Amino acid sequence: MSNTQARQEGKISFVTDETGTVLPTIQNFYSYCSERKLMGTKCAKCGAIMCPPRAICRKCLSDKFGWVEFKGRGKLLTYTIIHFPPTQFQALAPYAVGIVKLEEGPQLSTMIKNVKVEEIRIGMPLQVDYETAIPKEWPRWARYFFKPE
Amino acid sequence: MPSPIASIVSAGISKFGVRDGIYSRELFAEAEKEAVDNSPNLDPRKDVQALFLGMMSESYEHQAHVAPLMLDWVGLLPKPAFRTEGACASSSVALRAALFSIASGIYNVVLVGGVEKMTHVSTTGVTEILAMASDFPFEQWHGISFTGIFGMMAVDHMHRYGTTEEQLAKVAVKNHEHGALNEKAHFQKRITVNDVLSSQPVAWPLKLFDCCPRSDGASCIILTSPKIAKKFTDTPVNIIGSGHAQDTLSLSERENFSMMQVTRLASHEAYSMSKVTPQQIDVAEVHDCFTIAEIMAYEDLGFCKPGEGGKLIDEGETHIGAKIPVNTSGGLKAKGHPVGATGVAQACEIFLQLTNQAGKRQVTGAEIGLTQNVGGAASTGLVHVYQRGD
Repeated sequence: MSNTQARQEGKISFVTDETGTVLPTIQNFYSYCSERKLMGTKCAKCGAIMCPPRAICRKCLSDKFGWVEFKGRGKLLTYTIIHFPPTQFQALAPYAVGIVKLEEGPQLSTMIKNVKVEEIRIGMPLQVDYETAIPKEWPRWARYFFKPE
Repeated sequence: MPSPIASIVSAGISKFGVRDGIYSRELFAEAEKEAVDNSPNLDPRKDVQALFLGMMSESYEHQAHVAPLMLDWVGLLPKPAFRTEGACASSSVALRAALFSIASGIYNVVLVGGVEKMTHVSTTGVTEILAMASDFPFEQWHGISFTGIFGMMAVDHMHRYGTTEEQLAKVAVKNHEHGALNEKAHFQKRITVNDVLSSQPVAWPLKLFDCCPRSDGASCIILTSPKIAKKFTDTPVNIIGSGHAQDTLSLSERENFSMMQVTRLASHEAYSMSKVTPQQIDVAEVHDCFTIAEIMAYEDLGFCKPGEGGKLIDEGETHIGAKIPVNTSGGLKAKGHPVGATGVAQACEIFLQLTNQAGKRQVTGAEIGLTQNVGGAASTGLVHVYQRGD
């Protein structure tokens, strides 16, 4: 079964090269999320840890990476409460979004769930969780989100 | 002062606002006609060699391929036309490209314009189209709107520097005060700090009156090589500095959410090129898509130190008549923000100010002006410096 076909059928699949190595792509990042794993890449040349994965290292421009799994814990750097969301998120409003700095270094934008808005504080510790249901339409990605530990 | 890169000899701007039933090509024609009519010595068919046009999105009107369309609608086929896209900075990118075309000697006279038609689309629809300029997999996919991105910047700025919601509100109040003096502005009505603070939350701490409106509008300038500018007007405005920088689409991948690195880099380039310091700027148009963005612009352009933007607005130093008048046109907040039109609309305002044609909002004796325009979450940033050329 091709990757495209597998994804169309809602199965988790990974984009690989001819040797079977999972490529450092955004599709693969979200396929890992479907397996409840928060993954990033480590540059084979300079050791920089990145998330989202990129085709070329931000630091040294190498294109050789290995995957690393994050613990999924971090601290909230900033946030906002969205009252007027884009169309597809209207049912959720108001909701909190923020930027989390992972213990391993990378920073991710995310929804913050399972928390009262008035309890959100800069610096609060957060833990990753997942919505693993894959939508029927492109991009057929799961979603990560963060919640209080 | 160094030699100018190019000269603006005329400017035109459509009425900004809700232009029911008037579409982008008609808006652009309105702006272009005003620019041409204000320059009687110019024969557009004979003199104009190319069009540089900024427009953000095809989604509003289901219309791509707008460069030839706009050119055709102002009767200038078959000249070359270039369309640039840099989200809310689309027409500043067009201006920068036009400057290169003049500086290279390839062209001597070009039109530079911008346009966007937005108000026929619902607020949620516009929110979604604008959000396309943010990162899809790591921002849009997680429900983050543009107001959300600037809301996160505002929370960071408030946390880091103690900036207050009242200070943000004062930016909106000032820009509405200025907009009330501009007959082309979307909003020409004064508001109070309380109006802003009591308006409905959009992305806390940003409320409805902290946000610029969605608007319809177009802008156009006629740009020439400095040596022939006087053929078209006795009072050209010279562009003496230009700067341009880029940053990540995702806000999360930056080290500091309380500043716009693109503004710092682009202004540094424009200041070095023009040999002008921030203290020499008499009038500035900055990118106040949200009130926090104007506070950050003060700091990143060097009008005050980092963290002191709130204090600058508290002290009233950016009002017309004060030390450094900012957004005399009303800014994006009151003049309106038809995104593709904004960059060149800022240049139009500086042209009016430096040629003493700004009427009730004229800054007395203005000789040096500046525009600062950013796209997306300041992933694109351009700064231009202008000087009276008479």
